[in-house]
Amino acid sequence: MAVTILMPALSPTMTEGTLARWLKKEGEVVAAGEVIAEIETDKATMELEAIEEGVLGRILVTDGTSEVAVNTPIAILVEEGESVPEQSGNSASQPLSGKNISSSVEKPAQPVQSVQQQEPEWGETREMTVREALRDTMVEELRRDQDVFLMGEEVAEYQGAYKVSQGLLDEFGARRVIDMPISEHGFTGMAVGAALTGLKPIVEFMTMNFALQAIDHIINSAAKTRYMSGGQVSCPIVFRGPNGAAARVGAQHSQCFASWYAHVPGLKVVVPWSAADAKGLLKAAIRDPNPVIVLENEILYGQKFEAPISEDFVLPIGKAKIEREGKDVTLVAFSIMVGVALEAAELLAKEGIDAEVINLRSVRPLDKETIIASVRKTNHIVSVEEGWPVAGIGAEICTIAVEEAFDWLDAPPVRVCGLDIPLPYAANLEKLALPKPEWIVDAVRKQFGG
Amino acid sequence: MTLKNKASKTGSVLTSEQKEQALRDMLLVRRFEEKAGQLYGMGLIGGFCHLYIGQEAVVVGIGLVMKQGDRSITSYRDHGQMLVAGMTPRGVMAELTGRSGGYSHGKGGSMHMFSREKEFYGGHGIVGAQVSIGTGLAFASKYRDEDSVSIVYFGDGAVNQGQVYESFNLAALLKLPCLYVIENNRYGMGTSVERASASKDLSQNGSPWGIPSLKVDGMNVEAVYGAAKTAMDHCRSGKGPFLLEMETYRYRGHSMSDPAKYRPRSEVDDMRSHHDPIEMLKSEMLQEGYTEEAFKALDKEIKEIVQDSAIFAQESPLPDEKELWTDILVEA
Repeated sequence: MAVTILMPALSPTMTEGTLARWLKKEGEVVAAGEVIAEIETDKATMELEAIEEGVLGRILVTDGTSEVAVNTPIAILVEEGESVPEQSGNSASQPLSGKNISSSVEKPAQPVQSVQQQEPEWGETREMTVREALRDTMVEELRRDQDVFLMGEEVAEYQGAYKVSQGLLDEFGARRVIDMPISEHGFTGMAVGAALTGLKPIVEFMTMNFALQAIDHIINSAAKTRYMSGGQVSCPIVFRGPNGAAARVGAQHSQCFASWYAHVPGLKVVVPWSAADAKGLLKAAIRDPNPVIVLENEILYGQKFEAPISEDFVLPIGKAKIEREGKDVTLVAFSIMVGVALEAAELLAKEGIDAEVINLRSVRPLDKETIIASVRKTNHIVSVEEGWPVAGIGAEICTIAVEEAFDWLDAPPVRVCGLDIPLPYAANLEKLALPKPEWIVDAVRKQFGG
Repeated sequence: MTLKNKASKTGSVLTSEQKEQALRDMLLVRRFEEKAGQLYGMGLIGGFCHLYIGQEAVVVGIGLVMKQGDRSITSYRDHGQMLVAGMTPRGVMAELTGRSGGYSHGKGGSMHMFSREKEFYGGHGIVGAQVSIGTGLAFASKYRDEDSVSIVYFGDGAVNQGQVYESFNLAALLKLPCLYVIENNRYGMGTSVERASASKDLSQNGSPWGIPSLKVDGMNVEAVYGAAKTAMDHCRSGKGPFLLEMETYRYRGHSMSDPAKYRPRSEVDDMRSHHDPIEMLKSEMLQEGYTEEAFKALDKEIKEIVQDSAIFAQESPLPDEKELWTDILVEA
């Protein structure tokens, strides 16, 4: 049966091409796979191979013809002895429903993401460090679910580089508390593979700085697989470790990654401050069927807070907490900066300014509702973060305030951020580079014309 | 503990039933890919599309050894792996055309398809990423104390990625049931192995970690089968990973827009004429009593299956626009 050969699309962007030359003449026999013509695309000169054997019955587009649109019939291939039909074409090789892609002007609206779940009752509490809260949470979740395991550098025999996994090897053994070689790219990919089968790894990075070696797997492999698989394969995994500046460890070990990960659809990113945050958010992360990043903070590990002792204290991811109510200005902070913002609020109180402090707890999803409601009350907003200013979390928060509460604002939103420099080592310089309560007080004063 | 790395010369290890299965599977992959190439030419498939034509014996020979529960994962040259894993030609082709009937409802495309049911874990677009992820599939088998083996395919282009060696170390250290398969088709995109790798024998690339290996004639389905059997028995018995280097060849360019000027046409023609995996198996079978008529009937049947998948892939509706916002996260 005669087959019409169409001008092929030979690159992702080709819409037309030049038929440079035919390598076969009319009447010549061609074998499957044999090159019959050369076609110039927008990128290169490509060889056109015959898909089936036959005789080149008729050439419809001659050598040197340019601007031949994709899908234009260029030749007819017939079987040996067969005559060339008058009507060129074999309907089977025509597209049945070609590029009839409707492009509606209105795009589907993003579903409203609103976390309705509320913070559970605390019940009985005790004072504990953030480190204890994280460790106890992992112990409880490892007991609760056999599919949960912890892996990372020095998590087992060394008892954790920062002692967060102290005692876990003794209770759960080397099968579930697994020391990894210094091999972030490899073991993160391996953990993602395990998660794709339904296991629930907790991957500890000694610090989040080292996760840069593995960020391809966090983003391309963990965050995108569910979408790319049409919902078939999800990735229940936790990536956790200390984030941000520690103390005098220099530029490569001192960086906040909140805005990096908050940027990525398919991830959830939590940023605990207190022991209760650490417990409730890590529990939520481990039980969540999605990839969740837990950005901890080394300096907070040793700080003590009252926290619930309940084994079922699970905080909703995406819900901020108002740590201090106030009526004059909204301070939005996360992780270690919540404490700094609370100190600033005390200083402001002495000046008669009543600050509300929001602890974000999560930067993806971001609790816009709480931020907007607060701004509509206080009419002033200052964001506070340790990370760099450009395209940071503060930029996002200030934009939200402008986009969704513009008419309530009495002053432009202000960002307080770490300086836009690699973090220096020298004690005096490091101190100058990171936000402190006085910076926040200054930012607020400016808003009130001070 | 490294085995001799010469091609497995185990003779005729396939039964006549297995040979017929191999012929059918290779022909399905070949015809499917030819059709995909056609649909690409017609503008029905977009973006990147990497065809498997020429390499069929690799995935088909290994497929004959795989058991229920074994997992597999590969790069973006993945259509052959999916068909051999038992995924339907309709579902794969409809994903290529970006339609709702595709395995990922049109949201993945040629490079990103998965099937939990068939234990196929993609379809990955970042060269080498699947090697670490595949090592994790094997980790899961060991963690759950399962009998399964994970087959991790990657090309000669991926062997220069650092994470491949991190994975080798982890798999050997943890004794994971992981079969690494290097599909050495001689070119990583347009760069020949000689121009990219200081290692002259890729089958030895796992030797620092004590990973046993075989170099295999990847154009010969029987040799692939024999080597895969040795390798998978090793993995399944708890001895850790195994590495196979398949010497194979892709007839088409790296992707659809590759003019393949980096290799002489005569090289392609020689492989096609003298080393074609389908022709070699067919001629062997003809000597053993298989008939040309039976082959023609098989080819016709396969072409009908492929044509059906192509029609399905064109008639299946485009994904609903609401799909934009689904499957990003598992909703609690």
